[in-house]
Amino acid sequence: MDRLLEALQQLINGVSLGSIYALIALGYTMVYGVLRFINFAHGDIYMLGAYSGYLLAPLFARFFKFGQFDTFTPENTLFILSGAGLIMILSMAICAVIGVLVERIAYRPLRDRPRLNVLITAIGVSLFLQNMTQYRLGADPKAFPQLIPIQVVEGLGTMTVLTSQLAIIIATIILLIMLRLIVMKTKIGLAMRALSLNPTACSIMGVNNDVVISFTFALGSALAAAAGILVSMDSPSINPLMGNLPGIKAFVAAVLGGIGNIPGAALGGLIIGILETLVIAIGFPQWRDGIAFAVLIVILLFKPTGILGRIEREKV
Amino acid sequence: MSRGPLSLIVALFVCLAVSLFGENFIASNFAYYYDILITIGINVILATSLNLVNGYTGQFSLGHAGFMAIGAYASGSWSNNIDPIIFGYLGGSTSPLATNVCLFVSVLFAGVLAAIAGFAVGVPSLRLKGDYLAIVTLGFGEIIRVAILNTDFLGASRGLSVVGSYTNLFWTYGSVVLCIYVVLSLVHSTYGRGFLTVRDDEVAAEAMGINTTKYKVSAFVVGSFFAGIAGALYAHFKAFITPEGFNFFRSVDVVVIVILGGMGSTVGVTVAAVLLTILPEALRALAHTQFVPPAYQGLLENRLILYSLLLIILMLTRPQGLFGDRFASKRRFIRSRGD
Repeated sequence: MDRLLEALQQLINGVSLGSIYALIALGYTMVYGVLRFINFAHGDIYMLGAYSGYLLAPLFARFFKFGQFDTFTPENTLFILSGAGLIMILSMAICAVIGVLVERIAYRPLRDRPRLNVLITAIGVSLFLQNMTQYRLGADPKAFPQLIPIQVVEGLGTMTVLTSQLAIIIATIILLIMLRLIVMKTKIGLAMRALSLNPTACSIMGVNNDVVISFTFALGSALAAAAGILVSMDSPSINPLMGNLPGIKAFVAAVLGGIGNIPGAALGGLIIGILETLVIAIGFPQWRDGIAFAVLIVILLFKPTGILGRIEREKV
Repeated sequence: MSRGPLSLIVALFVCLAVSLFGENFIASNFAYYYDILITIGINVILATSLNLVNGYTGQFSLGHAGFMAIGAYASGSWSNNIDPIIFGYLGGSTSPLATNVCLFVSVLFAGVLAAIAGFAVGVPSLRLKGDYLAIVTLGFGEIIRVAILNTDFLGASRGLSVVGSYTNLFWTYGSVVLCIYVVLSLVHSTYGRGFLTVRDDEVAAEAMGINTTKYKVSAFVVGSFFAGIAGALYAHFKAFITPEGFNFFRSVDVVVIVILGGMGSTVGVTVAAVLLTILPEALRALAHTQFVPPAYQGLLENRLILYSLLLIILMLTRPQGLFGDRFASKRRFIRSRGD
């Protein structure tokens, strides 16, 4: 029984970590779907999400009393959640704008160039965002304000699940459902799917491809920003390079699920998160960052299309 | 003797002569510029060797710093453990013969080890293309760094002190000359045309019966060999190395040089290596003059801001770099019409 509880505990840790990767991976996979390139700067949008929260929270701190509650009570729960939710939505909006701007300035002029050029530009954008943040706000880690009180969720026996972990999991589920609705039920979602199938046919049918691509960047960046806020609630120390590793791991997650495939990215994120927690749990914490690369190499060698991906033939 | 080997020997003799007669003078009177000279040499080796992989063969690798790390640590720990034995035979640690033999042996060892690592990394990852290859090589570079970080024998996060800073102008520029010579003669040989074929059209190359995998892996192995040599020279230059010195940004430095110079142009890449080694130093000097307000000093001193802008602007306006070759521009023309 103890073993089972231990396993369940690790599973919850893994799922909350994996949710973060899933949220970032969605941005990679959606951009790949419409543009067929890897947005190297996506991890830095996640970092900017955390920094927007860090800069926004003091503006609302007095009204929402951030950091003044030690526990959740039936009276204050709604109040706390609306405060945290507001910060999250505003950060998502800011990062959506940044994502659209990056696409407009750096990627759009390169639309019909070789993919390598766009990849190099993306590396440049990534370095630029990191180092500008470092230059403007300092390279030292910053303490993220406490948006929700962090306490152990009661009524789970010997398991320790923190409110922040629960917030990550619940927020991710809500965001995934919303994304699913946008992609499957709205007109712009239909256009996104059409564009990823065949860009030329899509524009012949009267879809403005540029608008759809901008929307895709906005959507992906907003999800990455949400991930940045959520992760900072759980481990409240942020720095300008925090997006590097999660960015790459999320990319691995997207490839694992099948790049271009939206449910695949979420699935891949969860798998990477759980695997990483497993590596820590069995006693190799220093190798936690290596496991994602190992997974990437194995998956690319044996099933490059990923778990849910479809085969794309190379045309001469 | 044909022209190629002759010019190699002449160039090596020039290096030797400069080193014999000028070394002590420069090192003692212009220590700062001496450091820059050696750094330029190391960067030229790194960039021209990466150019063989990224430029001539068209396999975009982001893990060059990993092989440099292998070279640096291999030669460092080799020197720390084996040099005392060599000194015993060749007249102590002060004899120039002994130090030069030690440096040569450890540099060679570093290069061979890095080449073996390059083979081990290249065989699985070069089956991939474009963006995927970039990320996998980045991953391998990071794995090498994490592995060193967790190896107590190599000093882990404390770093490794290397006995003796033997790197001098002759060995640095001798390696530069050798590296450029090897890359150029490889690419311009009948065999080496295969590298360009793989870059220009892999499918067509395969259809012509060219073993593309063999070409990609051999480019990668040669590139890693020279990266290892650069790492070894670096280790014996700084006399102290840490895993942080070989992180992703180190790879980016080299990639920026290759892109600025023009992928597939050895002359361009060499010029870019010189430029981009001097530029951060010049900007740092500029930042501390009265012309620059204190608020902007950080902007000038952070080379990565400059590099990132350079990458973006180059790709937008001149993707073939300063000295891009005509192959690259021709290919771009065909692509843009075909797609």
